[in-house]
Amino acid sequence: MFIYALKRLVYVTPVALGVSVVCFLLVHLAPGDPLTSIMPIDATAQQQAEMRAAYGFDKPLPVQYGIWLWKVLHGDLGASIASGRPVISEVGRAVGNSLILASIATLIGFGFGAFFGFVAGYFRNSALDRAASIASILGVSVPHYWLGMVLVIVFSATLGWLPSTGAGPGGSTNWRPDFEHLRYIILPAITMSAIPMGIIARTLRALVADILSQDFVQALRAKGMGEWAVFKHVVRNAAPTALAVMGLQLGYLLGGSILIETVFAWPGTGFLLNTAIFQRDLPLLQGTILVLAMFFVTLNLIVDILQTMLDPRIQRG
Amino acid sequence: MRKLVFAVACLLPLTAATAFAQGTLRIGMTASDIPLTTGQTDNGGEGQRFMGYTVYDALINWDLSSATKPSDLTPGLALSWALDPADTTKTKWIFKLRPDVKFHDGSTFTAESVVWNFDKLLKNESPQFDQRQSAQGKSRIPAVAGYRAIDPLTLEITTKTPDATLPYQVAWILMSSPANWEKLGKSWDAVAKAPSGTGAWKLASFVPRERAELIPNPAYWDKARVPKLEKLILIPLPEPNARVAALRSGQVDWIEAPSPDAVKSLTGAGFKIVTNAYPHNWTWHLSRAEGSPWNDIRVRKAANLAVDRAGMQELLQGLMIPAEGFFPPGHQWFGKPTFKVEYKPEEARKLLKEAGFTPEKPLVTKVLISPSGSGQMLPLPMNELIQQNLAEVGIKVDFEVVEWNQLINIWRAGAKDPSSRGGAAMNYSYFIQDPFTGFIRHLQCNLAPPAGTNWGLYCDPEMDKLFDQVRNTFDPKEQTATLQKIHEKYVNDALFLMVTHDVNARAMSPKVKGFVQAQNWFQDFSPITMDK
Repeated sequence: MFIYALKRLVYVTPVALGVSVVCFLLVHLAPGDPLTSIMPIDATAQQQAEMRAAYGFDKPLPVQYGIWLWKVLHGDLGASIASGRPVISEVGRAVGNSLILASIATLIGFGFGAFFGFVAGYFRNSALDRAASIASILGVSVPHYWLGMVLVIVFSATLGWLPSTGAGPGGSTNWRPDFEHLRYIILPAITMSAIPMGIIARTLRALVADILSQDFVQALRAKGMGEWAVFKHVVRNAAPTALAVMGLQLGYLLGGSILIETVFAWPGTGFLLNTAIFQRDLPLLQGTILVLAMFFVTLNLIVDILQTMLDPRIQRG
Repeated sequence: MRKLVFAVACLLPLTAATAFAQGTLRIGMTASDIPLTTGQTDNGGEGQRFMGYTVYDALINWDLSSATKPSDLTPGLALSWALDPADTTKTKWIFKLRPDVKFHDGSTFTAESVVWNFDKLLKNESPQFDQRQSAQGKSRIPAVAGYRAIDPLTLEITTKTPDATLPYQVAWILMSSPANWEKLGKSWDAVAKAPSGTGAWKLASFVPRERAELIPNPAYWDKARVPKLEKLILIPLPEPNARVAALRSGQVDWIEAPSPDAVKSLTGAGFKIVTNAYPHNWTWHLSRAEGSPWNDIRVRKAANLAVDRAGMQELLQGLMIPAEGFFPPGHQWFGKPTFKVEYKPEEARKLLKEAGFTPEKPLVTKVLISPSGSGQMLPLPMNELIQQNLAEVGIKVDFEVVEWNQLINIWRAGAKDPSSRGGAAMNYSYFIQDPFTGFIRHLQCNLAPPAGTNWGLYCDPEMDKLFDQVRNTFDPKEQTATLQKIHEKYVNDALFLMVTHDVNARAMSPKVKGFVQAQNWFQDFSPITMDK
């Protein structure tokens, strides 16, 4: 097992290197000047050249990549052009906030998704099934930034129950697990949970329906087992698939939250990416993309190793 | 008597406290981060507005006290400024500085402080040189050749050539405390956390990307401008919908730049929309390179007569001032142009017919536009409306849509550069607050790229002569008269497609009282109070 893990780690190295090259090149190949956002609008050609030299953008791309990679390997993602602060600390805080939001959204999505899925699966073709199915289809189909805006209009602007932006009072960017901060996460988390909720519900509906039609369920019932005990069996059989789907959703939530985080000014990676793009802050953009990409690479590695631990046949494959 | 003194002594702190205890104002900025706090701010006009002229002063400030007339320069840290009468080259300026001005850290402001601050921006070898501040400040003072302290309250600035626009340039340069920089280990990063200026506000605390809290400076030298509020909180909210939601849900009391489609709902919900004319325009900068169709004055005038500005005003829910020239109507430099910028499509068709074009056989041209960008208002629908208007008279426009930062780069590169992709005009919104940014930089012959930002490569000796005259006219009244002549030529020759002026809209809670929106990019937050 140790050798397998080591092998996987070695295989990951070129992937990580490739990711770093793509990451570096993507932002450099985009049109425009990396220093546009901080240069005065009518800076002279000489001033522009001086600035490029000061930030090292006058060097050939391979040299810039080499310097950048060397620093990255030493834990230095550079400094944000716009703010001058270390990218690593900016990204670190954003990743933390995104993780919190994604986790809470996952919990809500999983909870409601499982509920709707089981209800729909158990009471197929009934009014309950149709209601649960409509809810889950809406969850998948409705554009989530639109849903976010509707929630803001209803719960923030009209009813005034919940705040609409930030992670805490006064524009705070540090979320804490207390009542005051909880109010700030409710709307973005509900918005974000819509998609996983729909997907989980759809998956579980099909799964539960399938399990219920299997012989062992008939056998359990024939043996005189109560419905509650049968239900527990169904849950046990559906859980692994549901968890796998949920795990995937967590990954998507982390990377795909740019619109929701922007609508709610939630200080996570999506919001940071948006800011970096609009400020054309290359080091920040590179750093954020790199950290997110590495997060996925690491997540995949962990999943690979865990799967192998649970099912050694995968290793042989 | 002793009892009376005691009673007054007891009451004094109370009165002082109540004088300032007039609420907290929370502002949602469009910036995505707190502007640079060390002195010379980033984030363009908004940075200077919120973190520049609040915490800092320049030698010469903008008078932001009136909403009814375009603002002009006023003494700041300098009491007066004039050419050195003994200097025949007209390049030496003497600034008499304001005595007894203290930085927030308690150190005294002197002429040496000014020299230190200029070195901070202009001298790479000086210990206090700061690349970030230099990037923001250096290009603002292109005329400055040298500077020295004659005595603690007298400063001399030498310009490269005679340049009467120096006061406008100097108004950009904000003075931070040398003593504070020394005390904080000569580190600008440390200064960013605990800055010290001479301004009406002190930065009390600051969390990057989150918020900045400003408190009044009770010892401010201009007693009339000591802030009345208890606290001013700045919150970065770059997304327009998030700003509107934050205002409506009571998280902030004031937002910058509400989008036009939110205006009706905001006013319906009891919020105030505050607007005013200010030196900002939204134009098509026309290429005058060889082969450009805009070299024909009939085409330029026709385009200006074809745009339905009233229709555009409707589109923008009233948040614009229809252009009557390059500067907003009523501006002190407007003058009396003879060509009237108005909607006369019949006349436009006539002019175009003379030039050989009709709606059936139109002039075909390409225009560079951006889908968004600072000050660009709502570029896509606005440009589409113009496209439709021009098509009706015989000008068929194809758009080349490029990202805003890319458009800036193209603007710097010039109309002949391949990056302009054959575009014969570009849609650009301009900060036009002083003679250089308002006029000279766009059209002076020797400012064609890469030397400057005369994107359209316009060159007219007569106009250049007027620009030279501005630089050599040191009497403010005479200078204004020359600037009027320049504006008249801008309009009479239809040098741009003059479309509209933004109105600097901000939405605020009815609790905000006392705000006077100056006709300026910068604003004074000192007179504001908050109702309970």
